[in-house]
Amino acid sequence: MLAIQGLTKIFPAPAGEVVALRDIRLEIGPGRLVTFIGPSGCGKSTLLKIAAGLDASYEGSITLDGRPIEGPSVEKGVIFQEPRLFPWWTVEKNIAANASLRDAAVRRRVGELIELVRLKGFEKAYPSELSGGMAQRVAIARALLRRPKVLLLDEPFGALDAFTRAHMQEVLLDIWQADRTTMLFVTHDLDEAVFLGQQVVIMNPRPGHIRRVVSVDLPYPRQRTGAPFQEIRGVVLREFEKVEEAPVPDPGAGI
Amino acid sequence: MLEPSRTKAALLNALVGLLLPLSILAAWQAAAWGGWLNEVLLPPPSAIAEEFAAMSRSGELPLNLGISAWRALLGFVLGGGLGLAAGLWVGFSWRAERLVDPTLQMLRMLPHLAVAPLFILWFGFGEASKILLIAKGAFFPLYVNAFLGVRSVDRQLFDVARVLQFTRSQTLRHLILPAALPSILLGVRLSLGVSWLGLVVAELMGSSDGLGYILNDARSFSLTSVIFVGILVFAAAGKLTDSIVKLLERRLLRWQTTLKGVE
Repeated sequence: MLAIQGLTKIFPAPAGEVVALRDIRLEIGPGRLVTFIGPSGCGKSTLLKIAAGLDASYEGSITLDGRPIEGPSVEKGVIFQEPRLFPWWTVEKNIAANASLRDAAVRRRVGELIELVRLKGFEKAYPSELSGGMAQRVAIARALLRRPKVLLLDEPFGALDAFTRAHMQEVLLDIWQADRTTMLFVTHDLDEAVFLGQQVVIMNPRPGHIRRVVSVDLPYPRQRTGAPFQEIRGVVLREFEKVEEAPVPDPGAGI
Repeated sequence: MLEPSRTKAALLNALVGLLLPLSILAAWQAAAWGGWLNEVLLPPPSAIAEEFAAMSRSGELPLNLGISAWRALLGFVLGGGLGLAAGLWVGFSWRAERLVDPTLQMLRMLPHLAVAPLFILWFGFGEASKILLIAKGAFFPLYVNAFLGVRSVDRQLFDVARVLQFTRSQTLRHLILPAALPSILLGVRLSLGVSWLGLVVAELMGSSDGLGYILNDARSFSLTSVIFVGILVFAAAGKLTDSIVKLLERRLLRWQTTLKGVE
């Protein structure tokens, strides 16, 4: 269980301070897949960074299974927008990283993960030989090897073309259904948010806050063209339209 | 299936590389036969080749080349090793940078010829002053490049290292050193080159053996063919060491995708 209470993040700036996040309240149960969507500047990536332990200057509390998050760790796997692989390591070594491939258990698990992210045959390839989608799958496998309690994905497919992105979304759902790792998935793509999330957290900027949480009670795999999908997509879209009409946000909005 | 074409390409590269020097040699020899050259100032390639053969047979050339190579190697290992260590240290620590970098940058600008007399006064005419002079030259390329290499590590990968909970030594071994390796190897190549060049300066001033001595000695007797042999051996030995490092580079940096040069 990831629990966020009264989380506020302020960036000091030359001209006064910038409130990146204000009073975020959110609880995400184990095994949930929650997507976060909002325009740039709404603080969704900042929220993820704090959850990852990469940013420790905030007010409020954020706990994972009751323990406060203090610094980054393998419990909280992070997938960045760029794959961030080590260019001098092959695919399998990148997945193992500081775990030894000489360890039989690690070897076996790396092999399983390579199958899971559909990279069989590329074990010995270097990152420079991979496409963007393949590299991102390596990054996902690297995080999964550490059996994280929660996987934090920060616009991981944002740099991929539409076809690769759709494919990656399916791969990710396969992984989630096989592993049931808790996932927080930040995106600015409306379809992606509704296609993946059990819940869609809609965020707004200035100051960054949660506007509404929409539940998506549709079975997987979802049909993007189906009427129920389009209906929920419409609900989420209307939230954004409302924001543009009324720029002054309600600070207390949460769950 | 890929291998034959690759060797073929390598052969072609070598042939194209030889094109220019071979045509110059041909023109040079032709000019000598035509009687257009003053053979004392510019001996023909054939005379230089004869001199080379004679010096090789007498053992004079291999002996002195060996002595010189040994000096260059010692100087490179000493200076380059210290340069690498200092570059890594200063690269890691901004405190160290603040403390020592300005001084080192100042020392870097001192020419060999300016400090050589001091080195001789301090350390005598023996091996020590020569090796230290070479070491002084070899220090800086490795220092500068190791420093730059450490500083050029992708910051984003540090976040990854933190998330994966790398220990300090893992961060050093798995992230910083591999990322700095291309720069370090460039530093090694430059340092080796400088060692080889510094050798002549070191041996030109008061030496009784080595390639620099041969050059100096030949100059006093106007033995131009001997000077040419010395120069050619220098060039060949320098190129050889450089090729060895390049080979090492290709093995160690297989992961790198660099532009190999277009048309």
